[in-house]
Amino acid sequence: MLSVLDRLLGREPKSAQMAKERLKLVLVHDRTDISPGVLELLKDDLIAAISRHIEIDPSAVRIEMANEGREQRLIADIPLRPLRKRKLG
Amino acid sequence: MSGKVITVTSGKGGVGKTTATANLGAALADFGQKVVCLDGDIGLRNLDVVMGLENRIVYDLVDVVEGRCRLRQAMIRDKRLPELYLIPAAQTRDKSAISPSDMVRLCDELRPECDWILIDSPAGIERGFRNAIAPADIVVVITNPEVSAVRDADRIIGLVEAEEKGPARLVINRIKPEMVRRGDMLAVDDILELLAVQLVGMVPDDESVLTSTNRGTPVVLDGKSKAGLAFRNVARRLKGEEVPFMNLEDGGGFFNRLTRMIRSGGS
Repeated sequence: MLSVLDRLLGREPKSAQMAKERLKLVLVHDRTDISPGVLELLKDDLIAAISRHIEIDPSAVRIEMANEGREQRLIADIPLRPLRKRKLG
Repeated sequence: MSGKVITVTSGKGGVGKTTATANLGAALADFGQKVVCLDGDIGLRNLDVVMGLENRIVYDLVDVVEGRCRLRQAMIRDKRLPELYLIPAAQTRDKSAISPSDMVRLCDELRPECDWILIDSPAGIERGFRNAIAPADIVVVITNPEVSAVRDADRIIGLVEAEEKGPARLVINRIKPEMVRRGDMLAVDDILELLAVQLVGMVPDDESVLTSTNRGTPVVLDGKSKAGLAFRNVARRLKGEEVPFMNLEDGGGFFNRLTRMIRSGGS
C-alpha cells in the first residue's frame, strides 16, 4: 500500500514494500491452497445463501484471507442494507 | 553426553545452508562443545569443501548405513578444532540410498558421543529433506531477504510444523543494510511479520564469507568478520544463551541517523 506521503508526491512505492505486499498475498494462498478463483466461488455461494434470508448488496460483500501469526482465517464482510432503503427498494 | 540434533534447511538452494552448518559447527566447537557435522546432501556433497576437509575423505554416510565401515571411521576430525568432526555425504549415490529411519538410527548412535549433531539438509522438499529433518530436535531455516527465498522458507516452516518438528527457528542471511535503509530490500521486521517465526540470527552480506570459504576455513574464526560474529551469535542462541541482536549498520554518523529518522517518520 502506498503511504500518504508517497501518494501526495506521486511516488512509486519502494521495492521492498512491493515485495512485502506481494509476499503477503502469495503466502496466504500457499498456506491454505485456496486460490483467488475458489474464493470468488465461495463468495457467490455465500451471497446466494444470505440473500435467501436477508437483503444485502452483493457488490459490497468482501471475502478475504487474513493471518494471525501462522494461523489463517477467512474473513467475510457483509454490509446490511439500511432499513429505509430496504423498504423503498 | 546426549547430543542434540540441529537440522539446517531452507527449501530454496543457494541461500547459505552449507556455510551456516559449517560455521555453526565451528563456532560451537570453538566454545568447547563436541560437534559432528553431517552432510545430508547425498550426490551433491559440499560440506567437505566448505569445511576444508575434502582431501581426507575415506568413508561416507552411505558406507556407514550400508555397513561397509564403523561410524567412527567415517568421522573426519577438523584441522583446527579438535572437537569438530565431519561425516561426509556420498557423492556417487542419490538421496534414495538412505531413509529417514536410517538417519534417526545414525543420530541415536552419535548422540552419546557428542554435544551437537548438525545436519546440512539438501534444497527441496523431497526425500533428502525428509531424511535431514527426521532426527532433528531443532530445525533452523535459512533464508535471504528476497521474495523467492522467503516464500520457500514459509513452505518449509509449514512442513516442519506438519512433521511436528516445530517451531522452526529462522536465520536471515545476506542482509545488505544499505539496501534495507533505501527501502530496496526486505527488512528483518518485514520478514518476521510475514513468516511469524522465531528469529535466531541476522547475518550481513559479507565478502569475508567467500574468502574464508575459498580457503576452507570457517569465517567464525575470523575475529574481524561481521558475518562471522553474527554466526557465532546464532550458535550461542542455539546453546540457550540470551544474545542481543547486533546492529548491522555501521554507525553511519549523525547525518545518516538523522535522514533515517526522517524517513522512518515519513512512511
